[in-house]
Amino acid sequence: MTSNDTKTSGKSAGAAAAAKSTGAQDLLAAAAARARRRADRAPAALRFVTYLLVLPFEALGGVGDLFRDWWAGLPGYGRWIVYVILILGAIALPSQQVASFMSPYTDWPTLLFFPIGGYILLALGLNVVVGMAGLLDLGYVAFFAIGAYTMAVLGTKYHWSFWEILPVGILITALSGLILGAPTLRLRGDYLAIVTLGFGEIIRQTARNTEYIGGPNGIGGIPHPPTLTEWAFPDAEPFTSLGLNGVSPFRYGALDGRPYYYLMLLAIILTIIFVKRLESSRVGRAWAAIREDEDAAELMGVPTFRYKLASFAIGASIGGACGVIYAGQAVSIVPALFPFIVSATILAAVVLGGSGNIPGVMLGAFLVAWIPERVRGLQDYRILMFGGVLVLLMVFRPEGLLPSRRRKAELAEGTGGMGSLGAEVGGPGTQAAAEVTK
Amino acid sequence: MQSFIDQFWPSTIDGLALGAIYALVALGYTMVYGVLRLINFAHSEIFMIGTMAALAVLIGLDSQLLSGFTLIGMLVLLAVVAAVFSGGSAVALEYVAYRPLRKHGASRLAALISAIGASIFLQQLFARWVIPEYFDLPKEKGALPVQHQFVERFNVVAIGDFVVSNDKFVIIVGGIAMMVVLDLIVNRTRLGRGIRATAQDPETAVLMGVNIDRIVTATFLIGGVMAGVAAALYMMRFEETNYFVGFLLSIKAFTAAVLGGIGNLRGALLGGFVLGLLEFYGSSIFGSEWRDVVAFSILVLVLMFRPTGILGESLQQARA
Repeated sequence: MTSNDTKTSGKSAGAAAAAKSTGAQDLLAAAAARARRRADRAPAALRFVTYLLVLPFEALGGVGDLFRDWWAGLPGYGRWIVYVILILGAIALPSQQVASFMSPYTDWPTLLFFPIGGYILLALGLNVVVGMAGLLDLGYVAFFAIGAYTMAVLGTKYHWSFWEILPVGILITALSGLILGAPTLRLRGDYLAIVTLGFGEIIRQTARNTEYIGGPNGIGGIPHPPTLTEWAFPDAEPFTSLGLNGVSPFRYGALDGRPYYYLMLLAIILTIIFVKRLESSRVGRAWAAIREDEDAAELMGVPTFRYKLASFAIGASIGGACGVIYAGQAVSIVPALFPFIVSATILAAVVLGGSGNIPGVMLGAFLVAWIPERVRGLQDYRILMFGGVLVLLMVFRPEGLLPSRRRKAELAEGTGGMGSLGAEVGGPGTQAAAEVTK
Repeated sequence: MQSFIDQFWPSTIDGLALGAIYALVALGYTMVYGVLRLINFAHSEIFMIGTMAALAVLIGLDSQLLSGFTLIGMLVLLAVVAAVFSGGSAVALEYVAYRPLRKHGASRLAALISAIGASIFLQQLFARWVIPEYFDLPKEKGALPVQHQFVERFNVVAIGDFVVSNDKFVIIVGGIAMMVVLDLIVNRTRLGRGIRATAQDPETAVLMGVNIDRIVTATFLIGGVMAGVAAALYMMRFEETNYFVGFLLSIKAFTAAVLGGIGNLRGALLGGFVLGLLEFYGSSIFGSEWRDVVAFSILVLVLMFRPTGILGESLQQARA
């Protein structure tokens, strides 16, 4: 199929052509064709602007498809090589050279730990709930808070060590996910959204009103994780030029942010493996079925309630793990750290990156965490810009930066997994005109 | 429990007054949800813009303490100005943040993120630019008080504990009156029939000649106007505002809409009053710091036993 054909053929054919074409020129032409189709639906005056704004996203999506095809064709050992390269890259990430570009205003390793690493872990957890099972959770920050408070209470009042608290915290948050989920998961869609939002507020306000856990002042003096080993990166070549020589990656002190980053990195890697395995298991397929059509899934014998509950508990426990790790570094936590806007931001990260697709979600979380820090030079206007960028991205790329292929197919059908807007019938010529649900 | 009995009548009146404001804001959520199945997160900012418009009028006219007909005239003026600004910004919001998504057949999740983005944008726009620039106040200042109180308060009814001051009276009566007007519009007019048809079945509505885009615009306009009136009433009652005034109030209003049965106009009124009352009863029992926790716990409890709210969803169900 040549790029000329794609202009006339349908959307999915265009995507397929982009995936098959190997040359960059073909790729660009296919992206341009898709962008033109998008722009044709905009009001006449805005058509050209729309075209220019959509084009880079389409090109990015095309590169993503290309990469995915390359990945699918890669033999097993090739994938392992890529994994190792990625992990080595992540280990080298806190180096001075990267920092000077990525974060001129704040301490880069600390930034890598939180918000960047933390948001990535939270987004991976929320992705289980929103992206995989298709349940809308607007109070995800509650699980992060419960994890952090577990660490704070057990660490300061009972003097447990971080390594003991981590599994306990994961269990407690999983349990809280079950407690929240059991009564509410029989609700559909938006009722669930508002109940989870309410739950997030209940947790925060209860923390603020409870004297035992410090009320509005929170808990201070949370112990750092005990050091595992004093071993440091040797003063040898790759480490020296990266500026990492002499750093002990497993000694958790007060000054150096890098060991915490490595801890978070380890958690992220383990979570990715866990989530990825889940996704391609029986559980993951059940979630996809529930997401696409809950009634049909139920009729086909999928115990939907049980699987929805499982996704809630798993998502919650990942959030809880992130909370425990965060509190292990932060020394003190206050209820004001866990407002609704964090839930909204994590959800934005998931949707922005392309919900359901793990690399996409991580990219989204990285951008959402990093951009406001990078433009700190703009001071006051960075959150304003964040809001504006969210709207623009959704207007010009509603499927996210790197949507999963399955999600893309759902979108082409007009359901997008989580159902579409009610009155989406546009004028004549809109693609959605014939695909109204309900 | 004793405090509950002692505070029963004051709590009831306060709860009803707050509930009327919740109900008016809830209408915007419930109408938009009924037609588009979208939680319009930026509705909180529509309300905030209404309070800002009302505040601008009060500052611009340099209002003094008013009573009698001048007070009523002032309230009408505030309500009209706030409704114009809120309604206008609601329509603009729909045009910028939702319409392109609708045309593209995007998922509801994408629309929700767009709504959250718009909410953040508008909030920050006021915090960083409009308030410092036009209200001449330092950035991030908590509250914007009205320079001079403009409502001379007196009690309309005073029988023992049962005391209703004029502002609360106006809020409760005004809120119910607006609801009645809206109910008539939706149930009796041609526009209302279009709205109900779109909520029930957009595809068939189009086939029957309903202009969906116009219906959606009208829905946002009505929701915005109701939020504007609510904002004017809010300014009369509390006489201060800030850039995040809409956030918690709107979450509660949405809770009220869900409580009554989302998509159901009468449900919004009922849900607003129920939530307002229970909040004040709850805080008289547990203490006012637990007010929000009580509100959300009630929501969870109600939804456990009646998953579609007290009155059920109805804008989209056959009730023509």
